[in-house]
Amino acid sequence: MFSNILIYFVLIPLIMLAGLALCQNIKQIRAVAVTGSLALCGLSVYLLLEYLGLRAAGDEAPMLFTGSWSWFSPLNINLAVGVDGISVAMLILSSVILLTGSFASWKIDPLPKEFFLWLVLLSTGVFGFFISIDLFTMFMFYEVALIPMYLLIGVWGSGKKNYSAMKLTLMLMGGSAFLMLGLIGIYYHGGETWNLLEIANNSSIDPAWQNTLFCLTFVGFGVLGAMFPFHTWSPDGHASAPTAVSMLHAGVLMKLGGYGCFRVAIYLMPQAANELAWIFLILTGISVVYGAFSACVQTDLKYINAYSSVSHCGLVLFAILMLNTTAMTGAIMQMLSHGLMTALFFALIGMIYGRTHTRDIRLMGGLMKIMPFLAVCYVIAGMASLGLPGLSGFVAEMTIFVGSFEHTDMFHRVFTILACCSIVITAVYILRVVGKLLFGPVYDEHHLSLTDATWWERTSTITLIICVAAIGCFPNFFANLIKFTFSPSIFAVIGMN
Amino acid sequence: MDYSQFFAMKQEIGLMVVFLLVFIFDTFMPRRAQGAVGVLSCVLFGIFTAWGFCPCLLDGVSDAFAGMYEAGPVVVNIKNILNVGVLIVMIQALRWARQDMVVIRRGEFYELLMLTLFGMYLMISSRHFLLFVIGLETASLPLAAMVAFDKHRYESHEAAVKYVLTAVFSSAIFLMGLSFVYGLTGSLYYSNIAGALMGEGSSALLITALAFVIAGVGFKLSLVPFHLWTADVYQGAPTPVTSYLSVISKGSAAFAFMVILFQVFGSVYADAWEWMLYALIVLTITVGNLFAIRQHNMKRFLAFSSISQAGYIMLGIMAFDGMGIAALMYYVLVYIFSNLAAFGVIGAIENNCGKVDMADYNGLYRTNPRLAFTMMLAMFSLAGIPPFAGFFSKFFIFTSALSQGSVAIYVLVFIALLNTIISLYYYLLVVKAMFISEETSTVATFRSAASERIALWVCVAGILLLGIVSCFYTHLLNITAVA
Repeated sequence: MFSNILIYFVLIPLIMLAGLALCQNIKQIRAVAVTGSLALCGLSVYLLLEYLGLRAAGDEAPMLFTGSWSWFSPLNINLAVGVDGISVAMLILSSVILLTGSFASWKIDPLPKEFFLWLVLLSTGVFGFFISIDLFTMFMFYEVALIPMYLLIGVWGSGKKNYSAMKLTLMLMGGSAFLMLGLIGIYYHGGETWNLLEIANNSSIDPAWQNTLFCLTFVGFGVLGAMFPFHTWSPDGHASAPTAVSMLHAGVLMKLGGYGCFRVAIYLMPQAANELAWIFLILTGISVVYGAFSACVQTDLKYINAYSSVSHCGLVLFAILMLNTTAMTGAIMQMLSHGLMTALFFALIGMIYGRTHTRDIRLMGGLMKIMPFLAVCYVIAGMASLGLPGLSGFVAEMTIFVGSFEHTDMFHRVFTILACCSIVITAVYILRVVGKLLFGPVYDEHHLSLTDATWWERTSTITLIICVAAIGCFPNFFANLIKFTFSPSIFAVIGMN
Repeated sequence: MDYSQFFAMKQEIGLMVVFLLVFIFDTFMPRRAQGAVGVLSCVLFGIFTAWGFCPCLLDGVSDAFAGMYEAGPVVVNIKNILNVGVLIVMIQALRWARQDMVVIRRGEFYELLMLTLFGMYLMISSRHFLLFVIGLETASLPLAAMVAFDKHRYESHEAAVKYVLTAVFSSAIFLMGLSFVYGLTGSLYYSNIAGALMGEGSSALLITALAFVIAGVGFKLSLVPFHLWTADVYQGAPTPVTSYLSVISKGSAAFAFMVILFQVFGSVYADAWEWMLYALIVLTITVGNLFAIRQHNMKRFLAFSSISQAGYIMLGIMAFDGMGIAALMYYVLVYIFSNLAAFGVIGAIENNCGKVDMADYNGLYRTNPRLAFTMMLAMFSLAGIPPFAGFFSKFFIFTSALSQGSVAIYVLVFIALLNTIISLYYYLLVVKAMFISEETSTVATFRSAASERIALWVCVAGILLLGIVSCFYTHLLNITAVA
């Protein structure tokens, strides 16, 4: 069991939990958090190299590093792990964001130990989810990732945190109620196995049930992917959460939704996906446009980015539902890109809020003069978000829209064009904030005495900016990494082009 | 008469031995030695519990009294599960039993506890309705005395009267149903009734008989609409008794209920009782949950939560196969540990400062972090959050119910799943009070008694391990697959 590299993605967070439980003071806590997340980053980079090596050597299995250990044998439940290009990309994303999140919560107060315990428990769930190929374990890790949010927002949040925390938890758990029913249904109708690969190979899910199960699982994961009309937890939740939690939540946790929609709903039930994609295309199309418009009228920095997340995550689901290679590649790129840049946004907002004690853009201005480093980073994040070439957003959105446009029928064309409009709206709300917040006149005299970023804040933001730029400059590398998942052999199974 | 057949009742005899030893000790020992009666009961019962796991009990099915009594691996296992729960309740009660008003009668508490357990054993093991009724009464009447144990408290009396009246009333209803069954089939043996019903469709008489039988047991299980006594009794009874009522009494009744429905009325499953149970489950889960939201007293709160939990337990019966039996037993096992953890914390706080309102739990984490943490684990486990045991038991009970595969069952499970969201809401209210509320707690920092801590550690270990370690569930699944 311990010879499989993937197991360590769960073991390291568990060791971190034990280490944190023993910590006495804030320095030890920071040391454990940073060491652990650095180890995870190292592990994911190592996994990436190994993965590329195996692929280069011509290994064509759909999942690599697979391992399966019996758990509840009478029910065929195994602890089954395995990764393909998408999972590797997601693991890298998660570990980077955990690392930068730890730096961003350098001065968390009160109860730093409990904060990091919950944060690491959350990431245990995230990592476990991305390495699992067994539906049961996947679902278990999924819920493990959700519940710490309640306490993280409730205890360390700001604003109307009680309301937001409860709303977020109940809505996400409501999604997982759909999901649980769908997954058990898949178990019974997919040949009494929980293993994703076996179900896909059998491709035996009763067509009569496929539509129901597809809807259940897609809605279940879609709630976490902020699909309209189930997105309302997202703005409140993000706005109330403490910085690192917003980063992890928007950056990683919402990706669980997109990843799950692809990995479970579409991968296992392709016929239903083909048949019903139009319903969800409409819903996600609404997410994309509505999220962008809502962001335009917000005055709270976090709300702006939360609605922008709704829009961008909607685009992920939108692209997945296009059911072709180009758009899906774009969707994965968008997950990476949005994860990184939104984490950057939330980190910066947290840092600005920590100094000015307000997030209302009407009460701030001219920050470029006061804290130039943070302001420049904010501009970079904004440019990535509105799709400036050279940064990650451009690559992802370009691929998505090219892929969507491959559909020649009227319906897809109309929705593609509508979704394209979101780019323009994004530019509106990003430039509005950048203009008012950073370049306008200094609004508040007291702000003149504020300081610029500290070293841990710089570490956090620079790491994220490097990653955003890396995707923007070397898109081909990432496209190749995830390409194999969409290779013809897989698409033959799921019956697409 | 062949007296050797008494040896088929190994666990009943063992329990009687423990009971008699405690009774003799309590009656004949000098007063100054009597302080040990609680610890002695726990130790003896602990030995008895451990003995229950000895393999010699598990081999083969044995019966006695011309088939009125039967013990097999499944029955021994459910009794063992109950024993573990009773042991935890006994340990939790040690501190409470030292109180001034209780101390002179504490021997009686442990004796009555064992007597009711004996009744529950008979309910579980009986294969004849006569023995079942004897078991039912033996289980109910001493419990009424236990509910009234705080005799200086008005609520305790009120609860006891309510409990007695309900128990008697439900027994009467049950017997009424039984007389119909007897009229229909001419026998009170489970197997004979099942044989007579085989091939018969449903008839008005059968439906009536079943309705009475289900209502009678429904009172014990506090299924909605037979639940009205629950909240008052749970609130009025002393906390150890409440915890006993909510887990042991409920668990044993659920299992006995399942045995009756499967073994006696199994052949008329689809015709007669599937839809009755369906309606009861929907009502029980939903009403229990909705009422739990508005409770301020922790014991009332857990009363309604346990009503809805009973609905989930019933889902295992809907599965109507070996997997359902295993899921039901596993659910009861996990429920015992989770609920007793919650009651353990409530009891510890109540013993220390007499506070049982949810408002008193505000900010508990700052004054008593360990108790708050244990309570949180219990709440998460009851709500079915992984990686705690409650998640696994809920998942497996849903899986077993869905093995039926009909659309109606999917709808039922979906309703149950939506209800888990409601239940999560009110369980989170407790977590919120303890962790998030910024008020200073009215409960001062205190160190709970050693007995309370031991019981809580056991419960926490159960919550953490019962799910992750798969052997518990697979073991139950293996023995029920054979049965």
